[in-house]
Amino acid sequence: MTKDLEKIRSGHKLLKEWDYQLKTVDKGYNMRTLYVNISDKTVKEKSVSEEMKMTFTGGKGFGMKLLWDGVTPETKWDDPENEICIAAGPIGGNTNYPGSGKSLVVSLSPLTGIPIDSNVGGYFGPYLKFAGFDAMEIQGKADKDVIIYIDGDNGKVQIIEAPFEAVDSHVIGEQILDLFAENEEDKMNISSVSAGTGSDNAWIGCLNFSFWDKRRKGVRFKQAGRGGIGTVFRNKRIKAVVVRFSGLNGASTHPADLATVQKIGLKLHKEIIALDDQQCRMRKVGTAHLSEIMDEYDLLPTLNYKYGSHKDAPNISSEVFYNEFLSKGKPDGCWYGCTMACAKVAEDFELKTGPYKGQKVLVDGPEYETIGGCGSNLGIFNARDVLEINFYCDTYGLDTISFGTMTAFIMECWENGILDKEKTGGLDFTWGNAKDTLELLHQISRGEGFGKIAGKGIRQMKNYFEKHFGADRKFMDDIGMEAKGLEYSEYVTKESLAMQGGYGLALKGPQHDEAWLIFMDMVQGLIPTFEDKAEALHYFPMFRTWFGLQGLCKLPWNDIEPADNAQTDEPAKVPEHVQNYVDLFNAITGQSINKEELILQSERVYNFQRVFNIRMGKGLREHDAIPYRSVGPVTVEEYESRVERYDKQLKEKAGIDPAGLSTEEKVKALRKFREDQYEQLIDAVYKRRGWTNNGVPTLEHLKKLGIAFDEVTAVVKKHL
Amino acid sequence: MAKYLKTYPEKCTGCGICMDVCSETFFKEKNPLKSAIKIEPQEGSFLMTVCNQTCRLCVDECPVQALTINPAGVVLLNKNKCIGCLACVSVCPINAMMWYEGAHSPFKCIACGKCADVCPSQALEIVEEG
Repeated sequence: MTKDLEKIRSGHKLLKEWDYQLKTVDKGYNMRTLYVNISDKTVKEKSVSEEMKMTFTGGKGFGMKLLWDGVTPETKWDDPENEICIAAGPIGGNTNYPGSGKSLVVSLSPLTGIPIDSNVGGYFGPYLKFAGFDAMEIQGKADKDVIIYIDGDNGKVQIIEAPFEAVDSHVIGEQILDLFAENEEDKMNISSVSAGTGSDNAWIGCLNFSFWDKRRKGVRFKQAGRGGIGTVFRNKRIKAVVVRFSGLNGASTHPADLATVQKIGLKLHKEIIALDDQQCRMRKVGTAHLSEIMDEYDLLPTLNYKYGSHKDAPNISSEVFYNEFLSKGKPDGCWYGCTMACAKVAEDFELKTGPYKGQKVLVDGPEYETIGGCGSNLGIFNARDVLEINFYCDTYGLDTISFGTMTAFIMECWENGILDKEKTGGLDFTWGNAKDTLELLHQISRGEGFGKIAGKGIRQMKNYFEKHFGADRKFMDDIGMEAKGLEYSEYVTKESLAMQGGYGLALKGPQHDEAWLIFMDMVQGLIPTFEDKAEALHYFPMFRTWFGLQGLCKLPWNDIEPADNAQTDEPAKVPEHVQNYVDLFNAITGQSINKEELILQSERVYNFQRVFNIRMGKGLREHDAIPYRSVGPVTVEEYESRVERYDKQLKEKAGIDPAGLSTEEKVKALRKFREDQYEQLIDAVYKRRGWTNNGVPTLEHLKKLGIAFDEVTAVVKKHL
Repeated sequence: MAKYLKTYPEKCTGCGICMDVCSETFFKEKNPLKSAIKIEPQEGSFLMTVCNQTCRLCVDECPVQALTINPAGVVLLNKNKCIGCLACVSVCPINAMMWYEGAHSPFKCIACGKCADVCPSQALEIVEEG
């Protein structure tokens, strides 16, 4: 190792060094951001104005504002002026309230061409903040591979040419610690962002944010998965961004009222310790507990979202992962002080394929989305296979959600004869073929064969298959689970109209972080009318956007609930926790917002992002269209698998008597009904959000929110 | 090896001298909020809350390994490593990890025995087992 390190160090060439004045955070803010241009090696700080703070709040809000200023309507994802912005938020980095260590990453996505935002754990965002910056933006493109190093102890930023470091995250993650940490104890003060060789070749690249696991003495990662930011990162020829900060303590955010921050945090800690075992078991199994719940409610995506459950689903349940693979009895927070501790890990997992075959590694996860995407959706019901796919996606810098959903699409194309061995270069994509799924991953890493085509995602594959294989476009549009160019995350939405909207209207593309309304809508029947659904599709996306403004994780909001939550007026909102957030924000920043102003903070950024989408050519009604697979049964086989349910709906909801109709006719009739419902839902949501019937925020609405800046109104005026 | 402060609630008179001695030793003031042992009246007797050094859930929970077990079996907090998250306070099943509002770190009994030395009713005793 020492010899390797010497070689790696010998390749380092300092391209730029910039000194800055250290200062402490004040009430959650530094009031400055860091700008790094790796083309011309400019490094500078930008001050944050009071207006920027009050308009964009922080986190993703700052990221969106900086990205808007950095790009033009013509900018493509691989142009040098595209940026990667990383920010915590004012609450980010406190060690008292569970889930306070998130970084928000923003960039123009290769998959969608519009802004993508990703919420990720690990230590980077908080350390960046304590190093002195509320956000950093990286612009330009390097000629050769580089590392950007931010030394928050000594006030230095360096751009270093780095030819000999590895690209895959589990290797470079360790190398970075050996290079930049002074000793074993110092490793906790270093965090890196890296991608992987898959990000070099695919458009579904993700970023790995590191954290040092003191107990297991290994580097761990959380992924900024969605939208291909890892691809942008490697296209810029960045191998890693590294930050150092020592001296973290409970008051590092310098809150206005530390005692209140501590009291609210302690209250939630106690709630989690007392109730988590009876509720979601996040401390034990993490988000994996969802796989059996989703299977039970017919919501677990199976065989490319055709179905919502499977007889073999128990083989990939949380109990199997827990009993056979996950390490037990050690805290698993991805940031300090998170007692929800859901960042699970399999230790000493021996790889059976690929370039690291035989190595024993740490596999972070599996998260529910990975189990759904890389397990049931592919017909893979073997927990070990899911973990191996999980590991390679992570280290290659590939998003497990996009990889799972796009491979499910490939498998259904295979089933329907669109693909065969000749077209895939010998790979067999029969449902459940884990071996060739892994080989596809390795091809993506090597930039070879069918992997090169597949790695660009479903939208590009549809174009390619139509052009080169003469595939039926309409069928592929129906079954290809993407919207705006982004692959769906892992829930079956056929029986929840509100959730169809939750995905279709999500600004970045179909990710569930804006709204998860399936139980409210489908199981509990709490939002029966279009207006009810529209209200939910206003409130929840706005409320959830707020986590991204603050550097917060969503999970401690409603994956743990107070014991008396069910007796409150609006249990779905978890009112006591909403109040916690209001109090926490005020205690850290010294401001005095209420819960309505909390929503207003989000609404400003949310509408700004919608206008940003329009500015980039993809923010109108036509772009909120969704594939029919997410709305209803595409095929006869699908319809017949739940024939009683669909017949009943035809009769009771659409007023059509199914008797005497062929299944083809019934599929068609149900489709007409459901597609019309989706359009009516969109009408209602746009109205509730203050948008025109074409999905454009009105001038009055922008004025009311205080974001009617000239360049914002100039974008919408063209569409009013 | 486990060294700990054993309590005899049936002997306790609730005089509170132990809390005075404890807070004076570690915080230089007489303040029951700053004592690692708490004596509270409950239904005709007294609840004596202090770490028994045995369950060690706090040691497992601490994200920075600021809590360790010394050779005598006593759980100690290294304040230089502590990041003030208070997870240990929440995980303690007997509420023996102490904290007062505004304190950067929690604190706990280290079985020093000063309170046992002054207890007028022999309700406290340092015990070594194993």
